[in-house]
Amino acid sequence: MLSRTADHLFWMSRYTERAENTARILDVNYQTSLLPQSAGVAQVGWEGLLRISELMPAYQYQYGDVTPQNVLHFMVRDENNPSSIVSCLRAARENARAVRGVLTTELWETQNQTWLELQRLLKSKNFEKDPSEFFEWVKFRSHLSRGVAIGTMLQDEAFHFYRMGTFLERADNTARLIDVKFHAVESDFYGNASEADQELDFYHWSAILRSVSAFEVYRKVYRAVITPERVAELMILRPDMPRSLLACMNEVVNNLRAVSNETSAETERHAGKLRSELQFARIDEILANGLHAFLTQFLDRVNMLGNRISQNFLVPVAG
Amino acid sequence: MSTHTFDEMYAAPERVRDHYRNYARWLSQQPDDVMAARREEAEMIFRRVGITFAVYGDKDEDGAGTERLIPFDLIPRVIPAHEWRCMEKGLAQRVTALNRFIHDIYHDQEIIKAGIVPREQIVGNAQFRPEMVGVDVPGGVYSHIAGIDIVRAPVPGGQGEAEYYVLEDNLRVPSGVSYMLEDRKMMMRLFPELFSQNRVAPVAHYPDLLLETLRAVSPAHTAEPTVVVLTPGMYNSAYFEHAFLAQQMGVELVEGQDLFVKDGFVYMRTTRGPRRVDVIYRRVDDDFLDPLVFRPNSTLGCAGLLDVYRKGNVTLCNAIGTGVADDKSIYPYVPQMIEFYLGEKPILKNVPTFLGRKPDDLKYILANLKDLVVKEVHGAGGYGMLVGPASTQAEIEAFRKAVEAKPDGYIAQPTLSLSTCPTFVESGIAPRHIDLRPFVLSGQKVQTVPGGLTRVALKAGSLVVNSSQGGGTKDTWILEA
Repeated sequence: MLSRTADHLFWMSRYTERAENTARILDVNYQTSLLPQSAGVAQVGWEGLLRISELMPAYQYQYGDVTPQNVLHFMVRDENNPSSIVSCLRAARENARAVRGVLTTELWETQNQTWLELQRLLKSKNFEKDPSEFFEWVKFRSHLSRGVAIGTMLQDEAFHFYRMGTFLERADNTARLIDVKFHAVESDFYGNASEADQELDFYHWSAILRSVSAFEVYRKVYRAVITPERVAELMILRPDMPRSLLACMNEVVNNLRAVSNETSAETERHAGKLRSELQFARIDEILANGLHAFLTQFLDRVNMLGNRISQNFLVPVAG
Repeated sequence: MSTHTFDEMYAAPERVRDHYRNYARWLSQQPDDVMAARREEAEMIFRRVGITFAVYGDKDEDGAGTERLIPFDLIPRVIPAHEWRCMEKGLAQRVTALNRFIHDIYHDQEIIKAGIVPREQIVGNAQFRPEMVGVDVPGGVYSHIAGIDIVRAPVPGGQGEAEYYVLEDNLRVPSGVSYMLEDRKMMMRLFPELFSQNRVAPVAHYPDLLLETLRAVSPAHTAEPTVVVLTPGMYNSAYFEHAFLAQQMGVELVEGQDLFVKDGFVYMRTTRGPRRVDVIYRRVDDDFLDPLVFRPNSTLGCAGLLDVYRKGNVTLCNAIGTGVADDKSIYPYVPQMIEFYLGEKPILKNVPTFLGRKPDDLKYILANLKDLVVKEVHGAGGYGMLVGPASTQAEIEAFRKAVEAKPDGYIAQPTLSLSTCPTFVESGIAPRHIDLRPFVLSGQKVQTVPGGLTRVALKAGSLVVNSSQGGGTKDTWILEA
């Protein structure tokens, strides 16, 4: 298939996935901020959210102080912020439009409809009235788009590039989420002081789990109280947890193998190596060596993989 | 010409023409609210499917949304099959002669030698491409896809009967065929019962005919040609059509950046390395096709393309340089071309045309500006023209100066009273002026799907049907009795 077409498909799914993950993290923060807690904790949450996507400087330049209303505005409807939900969904739709002939009718109409409805929703101010309902809508549009793709697309190259985009983006977003949320409590990671703190901890960890739809999953897998170690293990190493780093890398490796070409061997090696390391890692080792260092390195490698895929398939330089 | 108008549905108030009888009966039985609901449904579907066109520099109140719908009218334009059969023959004849003409112009120029078309009309024409002189194209076909604009107007001095006239030949990159197909799809979706009650000739096989046409003109080096559609990109006003046709034919939709030239062939960049391209259905104008030959700053084409083309290693559809034949200053010669190349009498009529470059004609034009339609020779899309009867004295005087300054840049025609067709408007159903653009495909043979795109001027009294100026479209039925 045309390299440019593959490129558009790859980014269409990446942007859709990114919009979904942004909605997830915004929702969790919003829900958390409704809990009775010190203003300080909520503040840490909003700041962390901006740090996840490395957006703090851009935010401060435009808005100054971090307030919940401004962060929501910036991350949802600000078109100057390339990571806002509106920017991501616009980019997803523009990429879809550029290759609409390659998409199934259902998939194109789903993407187009999402964009049309988004404009209506933002105009109607419903979002300000009930942010959670809006975030839910973003999540479900992403589910729908993914489901329609899986349910209607021929499983050819186009499909594999589409899937690769989804999981590379999800790997990146999940890693950022873990990094920021664990960072927020780094000081007392292993300490459990008062009962009040423990209670606070419970809400903190359960919110993270909810943001990746894994609260029930956690209960089912561990049948035990929520501890940071297990949360980290679930989100990094469980192959059967669909948003974990290992699950994402499994999909990246498989889809990459399916489109393999003359120039991609080294890229496949890098992807396979990263996957194997996760496969055979243990959470206590990772934590002992420092979670932040581990995640920083993971993000670098995912970023490099994205660049390599781009060079091998999407924007080949060779004439 | 007479001032009365020919209506496609009504011969007289309350008197429906034969071929509209079934439809009119059906329409009279439809409750208003049902038709209104259908109109809304149609608009919603068009928007969801994204059948839109981009308007250059246009913004909505939010400063966004440059995509607009082309208004779709629910009342079809119906043409009886016997009229169509005649028109179809006339179209094939006309396009065949035009292709012969283009070949002749770039080869022996017999028609100039015979004194039929003056030499300066050709070599002085900006659309004449010296690069094409002596180049042989597969099958001698230049305009593989032609859009011929046809109007129906009362016969001068007649008793209310009307006749079809060719208003314009579009031989470069005519657009609109996707609307012909989507309008039909929409009608069948909204009113399936109409199609079981009426024998409407189908049009949905157009993409098949198009692919067959494109494959038939591939270079000799391959039996299994790779065909692509070349688009300027998603911000082009006709992007939907480009994507639609590529999808319907099952071929790649490429942009200039996807193509490159190497060792005398054109390739496209794919995820599995370069792949040779044999036939390019290009929806990019001549000027932008090859920055090495035409506009050097164009990024829409492919450097070196013309060289490959001249070697015969790739086919461009349409060929380069077809504009020399659809120019408004060449138009008056088409009937003579038909006789010259084919030895046949023209089946389709031309509109009588006065040429600014002929002193007698010029005198007539200037004396009758208020009754004439004056057009810039190189204008398109309904721009650069004066509709005398609909213009103010100031507008007429401004145009007079323009014509006097550059007489050979203008032609004039009598103001045709384009036929009308009942159309849904704000106030209900009212007659609106229409035209017709059938699409003629020339490959190994000349083929036309029955009908074409009917465009309708939605403003009362307006004769301008172009979508860029607020025109709409209708489904076009070729109806077997």
